[in-house]
Amino acid sequence: MVVLSLITTAMSPLLAWREPVYIAAGFAGVVALILLLFQPLLAAGILPGLSAQRGRLNHRWVGAALLLSVLVHVAGLYITSPPDVIDALLFASPTPFSLWGVIAMWAIFATAALAGSRQKLKLKARTWRLSHKTLAVVIVLGSVAHAIMIDGTMETLSKTLLCALVMGATAVSLYRPFRR
Amino acid sequence: MTNGRANRRQFLSTAGAVAATGATSLFAPAHANSLKPTRSMRGGSNNYIPNAAIVDRIGGGGFWMTGTVRSAVDGAPLAGQRIQVWAHTTEGHERDPHSHGATLSDANGEFRLEMPQIVPAFGQAHGHLAYDSDDFETVFLRPVLSSAQDTSLSAHFVLKPA
Repeated sequence: MVVLSLITTAMSPLLAWREPVYIAAGFAGVVALILLLFQPLLAAGILPGLSAQRGRLNHRWVGAALLLSVLVHVAGLYITSPPDVIDALLFASPTPFSLWGVIAMWAIFATAALAGSRQKLKLKARTWRLSHKTLAVVIVLGSVAHAIMIDGTMETLSKTLLCALVMGATAVSLYRPFRR
Repeated sequence: MTNGRANRRQFLSTAGAVAATGATSLFAPAHANSLKPTRSMRGGSNNYIPNAAIVDRIGGGGFWMTGTVRSAVDGAPLAGQRIQVWAHTTEGHERDPHSHGATLSDANGEFRLEMPQIVPAFGQAHGHLAYDSDDFETVFLRPVLSSAQDTSLSAHFVLKPA
């Protein structure tokens, strides 16, 4: 599914009429959505052949990669059309999908900040898990709404299936008991 | 020629709407001929470049931007008004100067400008239009294509004297 979404995106006719920065920004968004599929699977330790602890270690690295791809996505779009990105960031865009994207972006920033300061804040495991899961739900719902509503380079069927998988993986990991 | 057919249909529906408006005004007070001025749309002025040149067409053409310009005072068509048009097309980004052009409304207040095919950008296939001359208040529009396959788009201006 992951490979299929990348291939169908690479075949998009829209790419012919876009400059490299804009194309890179679009692909960074697709990569972010794909990383979002792996995050709940790694966190819950349900990827075959990966222990729960190894999974959580990888979850951190994939989280960092997710943060990076969102930054590349927004920066690339800003270079392509500054006023459209400013509108989106100020919640003043005519396109509803950008609103969801920006909400998900802030939730990712908040998650990164919280994960980075978790030990300094001496968060209780329960508080940490609850806040992290809440932010994760906001990120997933925001990102899926953002992706589904956009008329962009992703092919519609593979995009819909990928989004369904992301939602399914998130739901499964939320209801799974914590594993050591 | 689907273009011609679409425009004739648009013309007929517009004519019908105008006739209907005329009929109701018979029973309404005298000031009812004034129209609500068109308000600028969100994001309408994005990537605007002032003073786009009046051109016969933008680039290679193949897509039609059409519309009308009327006065908010009495609903009368306004001739000779400069309408500026730009979009992300098969020939360039919104920010590229060669994606911009302008045209004048005719005696019926109608304008038509041929331009390259509009393609989806920033998640929506959309165009930009501006009225930004001295006589009336500035209006920026950002109409969206109902389908990315459409080969025409229309936008209407009701202008309020500045």
